[in-house]
Amino acid sequence: MKIKEIRDLLGAEVLAGEENLENDVTSACCSDMMSDVLAYVKDQGVLITGLINPQVIRTANMMDMLCVVFVRSKTPTDEMLELANECGIVVMKSDKRAFEASGILYSNGFAPKTEDGNV
Amino acid sequence: MSDAVKFHFEVDGSDFSSAGAASVMVKKKLRQLGYPPDIIRKVSIAMYEGEINMVIHANGGTADVEVSDEEIVITLSDRGPGIPNVELAMQEGYSTARENIRNLGFGAGMGLPNMKKYTDSMKIDTVVGEGTTITMTVKL
Ligand SMILES: Nc1ncnc2c1ncn2[C@@H]1O[C@H](COP(=O)(O)OP(=O)(O)OP(=O)(O)O)[C@@H](O)[C@H]1O
Ligand SMILES: [Mg+2]
Repeated sequence: MKIKEIRDLLGAEVLAGEENLENDVTSACCSDMMSDVLAYVKDQGVLITGLINPQVIRTANMMDMLCVVFVRSKTPTDEMLELANECGIVVMKSDKRAFEASGILYSNGFAPKTEDGNV
Repeated sequence: MSDAVKFHFEVDGSDFSSAGAASVMVKKKLRQLGYPPDIIRKVSIAMYEGEINMVIHANGGTADVEVSDEEIVITLSDRGPGIPNVELAMQEGYSTARENIRNLGFGAGMGLPNMKKYTDSMKIDTVVGEGTTITMTVKL
């Protein structure tokens, strides 16, 4: 799925990385714990989170993620958006809650990937 | 044989918002140098976990990355409280981080095991009351 389709499914507003909306992603994860994202996530293209701090963007960058969705209308700071633009990460915000946003992506074919590549 | 490439960073322990910035910089440089994505990911995740640890547990320190033909060596050095029981600290889920750290998205006790997982070797030199130096190697 293209990142711009995620935007449409979640009714989200794109705040950074607009030039990468055509990129393809196939999997997503949802967490407010960056420790868990770093430890358990593998080859996930999208991070759904309600946490606001620069480490969210840096963690996504470390994990080679392509897109971060902030839920519950949480608004990232200018510093975070600048960082995302530098790293080429698409940032969007949605008024949906994490559970709902995850459910929408899941039911549209997104699946979590585990360590061994299984779903 | 080409010359080794070296990076040095001062990691500010008083400003959480900058935590992880050195690792982002290293990732960018390694990409520019054309290293394979899986190598870059290993190095950057291991360094990032260690960098965040220095900020949340040790009031900052220094980070050095040395790239040679055979390997990438990451050295993280701090003058923090030291780690009293390394074996315990290496266990998944062991953390002394409090609520305020967890509210920032860290403190699950997964960092040190993750650093070990993503590197080919990891050495922890630590003295309680003096500080900790962690040396990690990723083979090329
Ligand atoms: N540089 C350090 N100086 C002093 N203590 C440290 C240092 N690094 C780690 N520790 C100790 O080891 C424990 C385990 O570290 P680890 O990185 O595995 O987990 P964490 O940092 O608590 O949580 P997470 O990494 O999942 O966010 C820490 O809670 C802390 O007590
Ligand atoms: Mg840690």
